[in-house]
Amino acid sequence: MTQQTSVITDDMRARIGVESEPVAYEIDNTGCRQFARAVGYTDPVYFDETAAKAAGHRGIPAPVGFLGHPVVVPGQPSRTPEPFRMDIPYKRVLNGGTDIEYLADVCAGDKLTATTKLADLSEREGRMGPMLIVNTETTFKNDNGETVAIQRGTAIRY
Amino acid sequence: MTESQAQTYFEDVTTGQEIPKVALTATSQQLVYWAAGSGDYYQIHYDKDFAQNTGLPERITHGALKHALLGRMLDEWTGPAGRVVRVKCDYRGMDMIDKDVTSRGVITGKRTENGRNLVDLEVWTEDPEGQKTTPGTATVELPSKGT
Repeated sequence: MTQQTSVITDDMRARIGVESEPVAYEIDNTGCRQFARAVGYTDPVYFDETAAKAAGHRGIPAPVGFLGHPVVVPGQPSRTPEPFRMDIPYKRVLNGGTDIEYLADVCAGDKLTATTKLADLSEREGRMGPMLIVNTETTFKNDNGETVAIQRGTAIRY
Repeated sequence: MTESQAQTYFEDVTTGQEIPKVALTATSQQLVYWAAGSGDYYQIHYDKDFAQNTGLPERITHGALKHALLGRMLDEWTGPAGRVVRVKCDYRGMDMIDKDVTSRGVITGKRTENGRNLVDLEVWTEDPEGQKTTPGTATVELPSKGT
């Protein structure tokens, strides 16, 4: 059996812990409804603003897992911030895991700012060959600078 | 009154208790709803040729949809005055298109921290054969009857 050489370069290792530029995320009524429909929600608070307010929410709440859509303008920095533009020899990707911690409520009308950092890089031999495990951590803040959510993700490149 | 409108109180739950499960059939339309809702347009989830060219047997259900389904189960169980604090899961096994994904959970502990009534759970999604494809943990906050 041949020893696999590491695909983690010094350049990649140097990116661990580097915070990205902030990316704007918008949460609107339609986004909440589309997300809620995709998960099979039937609770009217996720579809009807009046029902949401009657239930004590500021607006339609963002369903669990929804932190808005990134504001992407062609020609401007994309949703892949600089620390993640690495030269990875594996072109295929699978989602390895998701961990979202909520520190405050998120509702339609909120504008969030997200910064992401590469938390860790590791390698493993999987069923489909050698894999690079990319751990990320994204912090979402609201307009008051309050952290509303921390999302930790695992991407598997192979 | 539907399940989602019922209120669960901290005093009423016990360690070891299983919470009501929820299920979703991952039709191609449902996965396209998810692509739009989440903004994840990766073709392995709705383009069969593309999926097979990457070595997958078929189109697969998005991992993040399974995370969100765990979230929906917790949201519906905790009721209007409860809130989901954390949901963490690993995508260990693939779920294939057109199959049911069932979200389940069991309470593993209760604690009160800084006046908040927190409940910890083991959560997972399983495929139609009962295989746990997405194991995880979660924390929710429940209201107390006394306050």
